[in-house]
Amino acid sequence: MALKTPHILSMSDLSREEIEFIFQTTDSFREVGGRAIKKVPALRGKTVINLFFENSTRTRTSFEIAGKRLSADVINISKSSSSVTKGETLLDTAKNLVAMSPDILVVRHPSAGAPHAVAKILQRARVINAGDGAHEHPTQALLDLLTIRDHKKKIEGLHVGIVGDIAHSRVARSNIRGLQTFGAKVTVVGPKSMIPAGISALGVDVSYDLAEVLPKLDVVMMLRIQTERLDAMPFPSVREYSRFYGLNPQLLKKAKPGIVIMHPGPVNRGVEISPEVADGPYSLILDQVKNGVAVRMALLYLLAGELESVKGEA
Amino acid sequence: MAQETEKLLMDAAQLEATLQRLASQIAERQGAEGPYHLVGIHTRGVPIAKRLAALIKNSGPIGVLDINLYRDDLSAVADMPVVKETSLPFSVDGAHVLLVDDVLYTGRTVRAALDALFDLGRPKKIELLALVDRGGREIPLQADFCGKRLSVSDREVVKVRLLETDGKDEVVVAQGAE
Repeated sequence: MALKTPHILSMSDLSREEIEFIFQTTDSFREVGGRAIKKVPALRGKTVINLFFENSTRTRTSFEIAGKRLSADVINISKSSSSVTKGETLLDTAKNLVAMSPDILVVRHPSAGAPHAVAKILQRARVINAGDGAHEHPTQALLDLLTIRDHKKKIEGLHVGIVGDIAHSRVARSNIRGLQTFGAKVTVVGPKSMIPAGISALGVDVSYDLAEVLPKLDVVMMLRIQTERLDAMPFPSVREYSRFYGLNPQLLKKAKPGIVIMHPGPVNRGVEISPEVADGPYSLILDQVKNGVAVRMALLYLLAGELESVKGEA
Repeated sequence: MAQETEKLLMDAAQLEATLQRLASQIAERQGAEGPYHLVGIHTRGVPIAKRLAALIKNSGPIGVLDINLYRDDLSAVADMPVVKETSLPFSVDGAHVLLVDDVLYTGRTVRAALDALFDLGRPKKIELLALVDRGGREIPLQADFCGKRLSVSDREVVKVRLLETDGKDEVVVAQGAE
């Protein structure tokens, strides 16, 4: 088995079989994470560049740890410490990095399509999209799917609610694609101003009432209110948002037994989710983070392996 | 794919007799050295290790090693093999390990297995068992226990088939694959 796509840019590039293959590979990397010496030599001599034009703790650290556990050389470049501040364009930055022969570029950028543009100018190196604007965040969706499967044993037939600012959420977009690939039913929930017009064309249900839809859900994903992406607050106040769309212990009483709660982080405690719920027994937030490292190890390993086989042919 | 011709090397009864002989050799050496921890190399080393453990009445847990992450030829083949789980349900530190594989050829798999073991701890001693040694070593490494020694050309492939993985017990040499 091999991944057909040379780059991981969008969840729509991945078939169900390919995702299952990634998960199978992930299982063996979880074991590596549990060892006393958390390192294997699989990517020795490979170079991974984390090119992050947006702030990130979780995703960047997760990719860095994943690369290092595979013995790759990992270089981190952030917007503030790079020549971007001197006016260099994304593609110029990428071309210059490529001249130094990296194997994998992990790209996060505030503009949708930025990793795709980088992928187009590459001859050999591979790109992983670590979040592009409000477009996609495929590795987050993969780790979310894996976390759901760990806890529910299957994804098919589950009803998953994605709650919050759907319009600005790359996590929502990637998860909708991934969940549908596995045959789950998706309902997006939020105030009208945060639900993009025409989203039902993606095959999802739409609800404006969290209290009404919550009792039907097997999984609920709470999204962060992204103040950095909002030009003007699309709701009167944070308090009002929290009152109608925040998950708190009182509202949680309406949920199905066995519901699991997810959040891609970083959490705005007391806004979209109350501290009691975020730290409570139904929360999988830290499982998501833990799975993130193993999933990213699997992706780096599979892409690097592909790269090796291409080199063999050329 | 071109037609492959296969020559039978061991039938089920001969394979069984070979395992019996290996088991008695292990049992003999084990008496002096204390019990071995058997570790099978994926895929066919694992059922062989299990059968040997049953024959020598070694009830300790069987370790399973996947060496894909330790290969020196990360995917020289186009298709990535599925990396299977490595599980050693005992402490490697101070253990007396018997590595078990089906076919010993270049020795690179065993080299990778040794690296994998040392990442998991510091064994007291490691020995190697191969059901078939087909020659063609590329590194200085030999088996301590060997079921059958052959000298086969590089164009031939020695295939071990086992009930657990292939539905029948036999060892064959295949000619002119591809």
